[in-house]
Amino acid sequence: MNEPIRRRPARPVTVDPVTTPRSTSILGTRVSRIEDPRLVTGASVFTADLADRRLAGAAHAVFVRTPMAHATFTTIDTSVAAASPGVLAVLTAPDLGLPPAKPHFGAAMVEPYLAEGVVRYVGQAVAVVLAETEAQAVDAAELVTVDYRPLPAVVDVSEALQGKALLFPDVGTNIASAQDTAADPAFFDGCEVVVTQQIVNNRVAPAPLEGRAAAAVWLPRNSGYDGEDAAVRTPPSRSENPFGAGGSGPHAAIDDDLRLTLWLPNQGAQTVKKDVVDAFGIDADRVHVITPDVGGAFGAKFGAEPDHIVIAAAARVLGRPVRWSETRSENLAVMPHGRAQYQTVTIGGMRDGRMIAYRLDVTQDAGAYPRLALETPHGTALMAPGVYAFDRCEVSTRCVLTTTTPVGAFRGAGRPEATAALERAVDLFAAEIGRDQAAVRRRNLLPRFTSPFTSLTGAVYDSGDYPEALDRVLAAADYPALRAEQASRRRRREDVQLGIGLSTYVEITGGGKENATVQVHSDGSATVFTGVSPHGQGHATAFAMIVADRLGIPVQKINLVWGDTDLVPRGGGTGGSRSLQLGGAAADGAALAVAELAKRRAGELWEVDPADLVIDNERAGVSVAGIPDRFVTFAELAAEEELSAQHLFAADGATFPFGAHVAVVDVDIATGKVRLVRLVSIDDAGTVINPMLAEGQRHGGLAQGVAQALYEEATFDEDGNPLTATFADYGIPTAADLPTFELLDMETPTPYNVLGAKGIGEAATIGSTPAVQNAVIDAVSYLGVRHIDMPLTPQRVWRAIRETE
Amino acid sequence: MIPAPFDYVRATSVAHALDVLGEHGDHAKLLAGGQSLLPMMKLRLATPEILVDIGDLGELRFVRRDGETVVIGGGARYADLVASDVIRQSVPLIARAARRVGDAQIRYRGTVGGALAHADPAGDLPAAILAMDGTIVISGPRGIRTVAAADFFVDYYTTALACDEILTEIRVPATGAEKCWYERFSERSAGWPLVAVAVAGTRIALAGMGPTPLRATAAEDVLAAGGDFAGAAELAAAGTTPVSDHRADADYRRHLARVLTHRALQRAHSR
Repeated sequence: MNEPIRRRPARPVTVDPVTTPRSTSILGTRVSRIEDPRLVTGASVFTADLADRRLAGAAHAVFVRTPMAHATFTTIDTSVAAASPGVLAVLTAPDLGLPPAKPHFGAAMVEPYLAEGVVRYVGQAVAVVLAETEAQAVDAAELVTVDYRPLPAVVDVSEALQGKALLFPDVGTNIASAQDTAADPAFFDGCEVVVTQQIVNNRVAPAPLEGRAAAAVWLPRNSGYDGEDAAVRTPPSRSENPFGAGGSGPHAAIDDDLRLTLWLPNQGAQTVKKDVVDAFGIDADRVHVITPDVGGAFGAKFGAEPDHIVIAAAARVLGRPVRWSETRSENLAVMPHGRAQYQTVTIGGMRDGRMIAYRLDVTQDAGAYPRLALETPHGTALMAPGVYAFDRCEVSTRCVLTTTTPVGAFRGAGRPEATAALERAVDLFAAEIGRDQAAVRRRNLLPRFTSPFTSLTGAVYDSGDYPEALDRVLAAADYPALRAEQASRRRRREDVQLGIGLSTYVEITGGGKENATVQVHSDGSATVFTGVSPHGQGHATAFAMIVADRLGIPVQKINLVWGDTDLVPRGGGTGGSRSLQLGGAAADGAALAVAELAKRRAGELWEVDPADLVIDNERAGVSVAGIPDRFVTFAELAAEEELSAQHLFAADGATFPFGAHVAVVDVDIATGKVRLVRLVSIDDAGTVINPMLAEGQRHGGLAQGVAQALYEEATFDEDGNPLTATFADYGIPTAADLPTFELLDMETPTPYNVLGAKGIGEAATIGSTPAVQNAVIDAVSYLGVRHIDMPLTPQRVWRAIRETE
Repeated sequence: MIPAPFDYVRATSVAHALDVLGEHGDHAKLLAGGQSLLPMMKLRLATPEILVDIGDLGELRFVRRDGETVVIGGGARYADLVASDVIRQSVPLIARAARRVGDAQIRYRGTVGGALAHADPAGDLPAAILAMDGTIVISGPRGIRTVAAADFFVDYYTTALACDEILTEIRVPATGAEKCWYERFSERSAGWPLVAVAVAGTRIALAGMGPTPLRATAAEDVLAAGGDFAGAAELAAAGTTPVSDHRADADYRRHLARVLTHRALQRAHSR
């Protein structure tokens, strides 16, 4: 049993300098997800479920969204809607009381919160209806009329580039940003073979299970409600609502003493807070962002969107809490889409298989307004040469606005596009010189490296062994046997042909800083405060494992806190696969700092040099080295004085996960229908903390990668109407469409954090898409097909086959 | 996803439902399984003022053999068909088609009568019933009338049903020994077929090839004249008017009709 703390007489203690060995580590084991009991029993609380006392009497918001892709208007008639049952207010842009919106990402085009005289994509919000019930708001929203005068829709990026119709005539161009490199005329000199191809990297919808939502209330700063745990409170009746259930009506005077509390599903509350503070132009301490449970994000829930700002503004104008949850069709038409790149690849090399020069030209369809799509081409450019030893690499990018849903970040955000372009280019080159795709890759891969390698585009790859990854997936797939089977089917002219597709990839994750605080409590439990922000991945489990490994506190007794800007003021959120390698490393550092603090306290207690003390992570405490009886638990120390430490982890650089995939497909030649038969993958993201969590990320990533290759595309007609705004029209695959994935494990640690971990969140998405695309084209290549754009729908594949006849 | 306001009546009998329909005319809409109607209402593509719920009427939910005829109640669920020995033995084509509808949840809720009355041209059951030369039994204020399946489907989502009538039964010949196959093509496992082909003996019906399910009469004529499957399949798309949309264009749908008809004939008759 633990010895109670007693003040000790000063007496030198002889200690064995050998530190207690750490017990068998929990790291690398399959700890079951501690967050799952809540999530799978319906105990989770998403934004739409909030029963927080501060939201008692909330008005329900429904946006009035334009059915026009591009139009001007002068009048929004809200009078009929405003007089409808239950309607509290109908707000348009001038009613929001916000300072003018600011430009983002260095673009000259500015996105308003609600449309101001112009709409630029179907679904853009022109007004918001606030009513007692959601149904009343939906009914009233239909009664708002707008005198639209149509302008030409600009759906096609090449038309957008020509600029005949401008989204922002004042700016004079549809190009929001560009990094055009002057093409070197001698770029392909010395190459025996040069192949070029235009490629569409199809636009996809992130489509998380939970759509966008928000709940907002402005409270007096001294109301005493901030920072309280609302979950333990009983919601008051409306008459008890201290904030005035009836509100003070639209256009109430804005009280400078009010502080905003904003709940919304997001990937980083601190980023949301910054966006809100910027939008309102108020002091940062007047905004409190809280993150309820989040039902998936995939990159599309970073920061505050205009709709979120409108909800916060509406709550202020109305003087009453406001809540909003979008419909699935709103989500598919309004939540920023991903990918949407128009690429031209040109690759040059020798007939013996050596690749020499690679040029990538990217036009990014940014949609109607500058969002994160203005950043993603930078990632594409940085990762353009990938895993190969080219002599030269040249990249040009530009972002162009179209009258379509804005484009943002989606799982990989720029890197999948780089890999897809390059892996198609390699296959095109291999086909041109008549050599095997695996052999061409093997010949050109960068060799294994253990000290950082600087790529042609300036990316500093931390560690990698690309040949090993390729060799292992080829062996696991039995590549020679697959080729033999393919040859046999071709010889026999079978109806269903076999395709084998490869991709070898490297991507970039993490980089930068993250903080964590570990606090041990007197009951023996601990709380970890993190600046990252889980939304399905399993952070609570992984971070508990890391702290448990350092302190010996059981995983079940470690609670992760995130996403509340009052509790965690700083943080970079979860995105770019940064959480474990930065947030996890910070948690590890904070746990170590707690251990050091505990040693110092115990040393004071026992009047022993802390250097002579060791952490006993069997018993979650501190003992004197070599004298296990001289022991105090962290809990006991915490009972005496707060036992807590913060750590800011700054990585030496970004990390570069890599891998190799083999996809095997059946293609029905008569119909063009593809069936994915096998997907063998290595996704090496360094040291794995919990294989089950890592496999979960890989499974989801593979599924979304396959989905882009075969099924999903967000499309518009020539007038800019979205054609895929329901799940009946937008083709998300189910488990029935996917094979059992064959995952191979490979761990090449990064030297940039103590965990050795790189990011696993996006890797499999990046690798799988081109493997599947290449497999389908490989299946029909014997007919003369050279390239087919994604998604590889039956009709596209059939048409490609027919065009060779 | 909130429907426009509507009233709701739970019918206690077919007669009661007919009374309510008679009172409200085309402002009323029958609700059975709700698998098509409710999504349309939530998108406000359908805005009935009153719903008459016949989903729980036991008198409509049956499957029975009546001599050489199989009688299916309009309220029978897809899952009832899949599970029914009568259906499997006497009209296996319908079992094959019913098994492919939607997903398990939809098959437990959706009704045969609803599928036919909704008349999605790419629906599974309409094509199967058409291939079986089924007869639709309709109750209305003027009594009971019957309409051949071939005359029942009029246009996109439009049938011979009047707004004050209820589809109560589907009658199909019991042809259990007849060779049959249902060949369905969709991009993913879930979702409506792009094109489907129902074959029973030498009768061929197509889904997704025009405003209604269609009989491939030119192909049937080839078979009747002793032609082979390939020759018949060549003419499967003759006279059809499939749409071009974001999923596929008309050319591809016609091509699919030919390929799938060939396969359906082969598979039906190789068994």
